[in-house]
Amino acid sequence: MTKKEKKGKMKKLSGLEKWQSERIDITQKRFRIGDYLAEKVIKGVAYLSIAIVFLIFVFVFRESFPIFNTSKPATETQVIAKQDSQETYGAVTDNGSAGQKQETYGAVSDSASKSNTQETYGAVTDQSAAPKETVQAGDSTNSKNKTSDTYTVSAGSGSDDNRSALKSMASKEWVPVSANPRYGLLALILGTIKITLISLLFAAPLSILAALYVSVFANKRMKELIKPTIELLAGFPSVVIGFFALMVLATFLQSVFHYETRLNSFVGGIAMGIAAIPIIFTITEDALTAVPKSFYEASLALGASKWQTAFFVILPAATPGIFAAILLGIGRVFGETMIALMATGNAAQMDLNPFASVRTLAATIGAEMAEVVFGDTHYNVLFLIGSLLFIFTFVINAVAEFYVKGKLMKRIQGK
Amino acid sequence: MSENKIHTENMFLYYSEKMALNNISITIPEKKVTAFIGPSGCGKSTFLRSLNRMNDLIDGVKIEGKVMIDGVNIYDKNIDVVNLRKKVGMVFQKSNPFAKSIYENIAYGPKINGVNDKSHLDEIVETALKNAAIWEEVKDRLGDSALGLSGGQQQRLCIARTLAVNPEIVLMDEPASALDPLSTAKIEELIVQLKEKYTIVIVTHNMQQAARISDNTAFFYLGELIEHDKTKKIFTNPDKKQTEDYITGRFG
Ligand SMILES: Nc1ncnc2c1ncn2[C@@H]1O[C@H](COP(=O)(O)OP(=O)(O)OP(=O)(O)O)[C@@H](O)[C@H]1O
Ligand SMILES: [Mg+2]
Repeated sequence: MTKKEKKGKMKKLSGLEKWQSERIDITQKRFRIGDYLAEKVIKGVAYLSIAIVFLIFVFVFRESFPIFNTSKPATETQVIAKQDSQETYGAVTDNGSAGQKQETYGAVSDSASKSNTQETYGAVTDQSAAPKETVQAGDSTNSKNKTSDTYTVSAGSGSDDNRSALKSMASKEWVPVSANPRYGLLALILGTIKITLISLLFAAPLSILAALYVSVFANKRMKELIKPTIELLAGFPSVVIGFFALMVLATFLQSVFHYETRLNSFVGGIAMGIAAIPIIFTITEDALTAVPKSFYEASLALGASKWQTAFFVILPAATPGIFAAILLGIGRVFGETMIALMATGNAAQMDLNPFASVRTLAATIGAEMAEVVFGDTHYNVLFLIGSLLFIFTFVINAVAEFYVKGKLMKRIQGK
Repeated sequence: MSENKIHTENMFLYYSEKMALNNISITIPEKKVTAFIGPSGCGKSTFLRSLNRMNDLIDGVKIEGKVMIDGVNIYDKNIDVVNLRKKVGMVFQKSNPFAKSIYENIAYGPKINGVNDKSHLDEIVETALKNAAIWEEVKDRLGDSALGLSGGQQQRLCIARTLAVNPEIVLMDEPASALDPLSTAKIEELIVQLKEKYTIVIVTHNMQQAARISDNTAFFYLGELIEHDKTKKIFTNPDKKQTEDYITGRFG
């Protein structure tokens, strides 16, 4: 009834009259259902994303957890391992048939792979070809079956095994598939850090200077040419970059620097740097462009040259963004698997020489996860590596957030 | 030394095709305060910016005619623009301190000009801050970010920053437009002091301010210079009707 009356009244008034005649009531708190729902949905999405990240971490870490269990005999693992023996057969036979070779691809300390660059390269192909070989071998002989049995037993022998695995992690040797498996993480960690440093030293200055040029110096046409070109690189699948590094870059760099091993951390670092450049470039460029134009004008009005303005005013003002860019670049290199597999030589060794082959954490997971025995110590260790990658990234971000943004920024931009 | 610091003759300025300054001929004397007044959009800022070639930064700006400073045409081919801007400093309408500490804001100009000695820099910073009447307020917090200062303090900091490079001419584009009366008074006092050493050109919308601090006043309208004379004359007995209308507020 009242509604109808209101409607009738409204029709008489024109739109503008109605708008002007409306009184604003502030005494009644209104419940705005649309706002309320939208807010809740957005909130839910935000929490969900946090939850997903957290759950991934929990899952990865849980899979690695059994190796910390050094008291309880791991019968469960043993059973699973035995049941799965048919499945895991492939990987195991491989070990039996090519035992010596398998060990060498892990640690270059062996004479075979040290001798010749061509052979290191050969080992990589060998590894990828391994599954094919073993499928054929599967049906053929009984003796191999036997080796597989003994192996499974030794792998699942429980707490003792875990204890020795844990102990071996602090060692330098990564020989996961052997009668006496050693899971030395140190060489892998060192390799990852080495590669990250090399690629950052290569990519960060290049991309930051390129971004500085594009945002401050380049005229419109140059800008429109350079920016999309570099950003196009971001769309390159890393397998393509890896392939390029493997076939072209490695040969080229070797002919320039005359080092011994063809695939090494230097080649891998450069290749990963190529993958990181578009990321660092894009974010740095955004940060530089976001610096107020008034800074630029003020500096020029003080009699500064363009270069001085760019370097002493614009670059410092954009430091938070540039740090974010570098962090993302680190993240990219850290987790990069394909390029690492293809271009670094994949030999886990403690060697600070940039021209020595390395094996990264991510590449280790990528190379071995498909062939590992489910629930085995090796399997757990691979997941532990996954957790490590997670934790490292987290720590780097935390350090950047609290130290760099807190202290360094104050030093550059005043308290 | 010529008494005429700045001198333009038949100067035109175009933004792309649009004419913004129409046949400006003016002579600005040395060590005096000259005020530019006129309604919004009449080209005051444009003219000011063309005196230290800040308009070079805008695409499509074309300038015709002569702009002479100390008898040299600053739009000649072999003019060093970087040194020109050192000689002709500028304070902008919106205060624009760098995202650096107060000290670094002032020290930046001398540093890029090759002053590296710490004690010398300290001296320059202190003098500049004192000249800009802000020293007492910031002397205990020179390491703090300049962005944490109030608007009025930021503007005086920008003036100090300009003074620190020791220019001969200081261009000020409405330096007090966003300030409270107290800060404005401080800046006005400062400008009057500064004319002992510098030639000052100031754009202002505040008639009383122009009357208080300037020796000469120029009235711009629609890109043209209507009248330029002693401030007293402009404010008491202008030649042109347009000037009188604008000053008395009878302007449409
Ligand atoms: N970058 C630009 N590109 C194109 N036209 C411009 C540009 N800057 C100013 N103009 C035009 O030139 C004319 C003069 O502008 P200017 O900024 O010099 O005015 P003003 O007198 O300083 O005004 P106000 O008192 O509002 O600051 C205006 O019509 C303006 O629209
Ligand atoms: Mg203006």
